[in-house]
Amino acid sequence: MTRSHVLGDSATMLRRSLLHMRRYPSLTLFVAGIPIVVLLLFVYVFGGTLGAGLGEVAGGRAEYLSYVVPGILLVTVAGAAQGTAITVAMDMTEGIIARFRTMAISRAAVLTGHVIGAVIQTMLAVVVVSIVALAIGFRPTTSPVAWLAAFALLGLTAVALSCLSVALGMMTKSVETASNLPMPLMLLPFLGSGFVPTRTMPDALRLFANNQPFTPIIETLRGLLDGSPIAGSGVLAIAWCLGISLVGFLLALRLYERLPER
Amino acid sequence: MIGSNRPAISVRGLRKSFGPLVVLDGIDLDVAEGTVFALLGPNGAGKTTTVQVLSTLLSADAGQIRVGGRDVAREADAVRHAIGVTGQFSAVDGLLTGMENLRLMADLWHLGRADGRRRIDQLLERFDLVDAAKKPVSTYSGGMRRRLDLAMTLVGEPRIIFLDEPTAGLDPRSRRVMWQLIRDLVARGVTIFLTTQYLEEADELARRIAVLDHGRIVAEGTPEELKRLVPGGHIRLEFGDHDTLDRADRTLPGSVRDDETLSLQVPSDGGVRALRSLLADLDRASIDVHGLSVRTPDLDDVFLSLTGSHDTDKAVPR
Ligand SMILES: Nc1ncnc2c1ncn2[C@@H]1O[C@H](COP(=O)(O)OP(=O)(O)OP(=O)(O)O)[C@@H](O)[C@H]1O
Ligand SMILES: [Mg+2]
Repeated sequence: MTRSHVLGDSATMLRRSLLHMRRYPSLTLFVAGIPIVVLLLFVYVFGGTLGAGLGEVAGGRAEYLSYVVPGILLVTVAGAAQGTAITVAMDMTEGIIARFRTMAISRAAVLTGHVIGAVIQTMLAVVVVSIVALAIGFRPTTSPVAWLAAFALLGLTAVALSCLSVALGMMTKSVETASNLPMPLMLLPFLGSGFVPTRTMPDALRLFANNQPFTPIIETLRGLLDGSPIAGSGVLAIAWCLGISLVGFLLALRLYERLPER
Repeated sequence: MIGSNRPAISVRGLRKSFGPLVVLDGIDLDVAEGTVFALLGPNGAGKTTTVQVLSTLLSADAGQIRVGGRDVAREADAVRHAIGVTGQFSAVDGLLTGMENLRLMADLWHLGRADGRRRIDQLLERFDLVDAAKKPVSTYSGGMRRRLDLAMTLVGEPRIIFLDEPTAGLDPRSRRVMWQLIRDLVARGVTIFLTTQYLEEADELARRIAVLDHGRIVAEGTPEELKRLVPGGHIRLEFGDHDTLDRADRTLPGSVRDDETLSLQVPSDGGVRALRSLLADLDRASIDVHGLSVRTPDLDDVFLSLTGSHDTDKAVPR
């Protein structure tokens, strides 16, 4: 198996994923829909009150909007991961996967196709959600370079969660379980600094919130979008993403090799 | 290709269990290059498991298995380069069109753009899928799906093809179409390993047949050899009156008479030689025969007598 074949096979598998996506766009729409609803809910229903409690600068709805957008973008990425797990779980029950496994195809290719396809789907949703946020008044105060960096960090997070959710999708025997397993991912931004500052939380929860992977990612995003200090969060965020990607991909690869026969 | 001595597939002592369930209990078989080999067995006999092991989908617990001269455990990728598999369960991508499915295979076999397109067009033509090529596979009938499945297997022009119950669920006409496609492949020197529950199918297509039951090969040979394994062949003679029947009965010892129908059943393999000598005997004794019919044992007899009861949907627990 030459390297060019690994790349070529991965590209072929990616084409397959994109064809699926194009033919059945409802999942992509669904993936973008949920975070938009959450965004509107939090900004218009809770935003006035939550904004006042942000602390340092007394604020209102507008301040809360700029506080919550990074969290919403992560909810988008996490929600897309749930969609990925469902897609993969469904795909693994397709007979064509058994056919792939009798062909001389790089084992990583099928998974790479799913991961990259999922990242593209996620980033499409991120773009749509960003547009809605801009439309309701969100204005990043930093430079375009910082915005690009924020987009790149979201991309890296999408890679990490896609790898993880491809593995979760392969782990489950049924599509229902596949849709439930990544559920905690959706909750993590809430149990961190995504929606309110962690300092108002009870001790045990705060300890968790401060040390879970989404918090440094959110803090870095926030810094890149509103200029608040990033400090050590940036490195930590990247380290978490790379770590999760690696573990997720290796796990998926192992599971693929031991897939049941039918 | 035909006449080459190198076996395309050789299996020695293949064993496979799922937990406590012994599914394959020491299987030996050889398939000569360029021939059709049929593995025949009732539900749950282990046919699919055998195909999955030979096609690198499952690893064996024990045994020496070579396909295309390569070891399936140690050289899986080399084996995969030589084989094509059409499994019992449809292995097509239901979300894509027929054309896209074939394109996918062409890309994965790394055919060039032009080569790939030529091969795809030929296959669509040959498998009568030109009209449906641009429709999603989810709208195909069972027979179309099966044909697409086989067409996808052929994109890479594999030398050894595994077909797990290729005609299950097809109507008689589609079944004949599938048979003809299989014969065409063999004519090109392809080796075919086929599983089936239809005896007629094995008889039609296969050079050699193995009967699998409860994870063991209970008989192996050419269709004729297998038919010889079971008694039951006879020639049935009918006569005009009791007197002739009496004389015939005396002339042909060992036969069974039936006075009601004035007939006699003579045990025989039903071959032409046996028939000719029987007629000569009757002639010499000037016995007039009104009717004659030959009943040769068919593979159904073989199957039933070898595999016993048929409600065995499970293998033997250890
Ligand atoms: N992955 C598995 N785990 C546990 N048991 C299995 C598995 N695959 C097959 N079996 C069992 O092994 C036995 C043989 O199954 P197999 O599918 O090989 O039979 P078959 O001859 O192909 O039957 P059929 O004609 O119904 O297709 C059956 O009892 C089946 O339940
Ligand atoms: Mg089977």
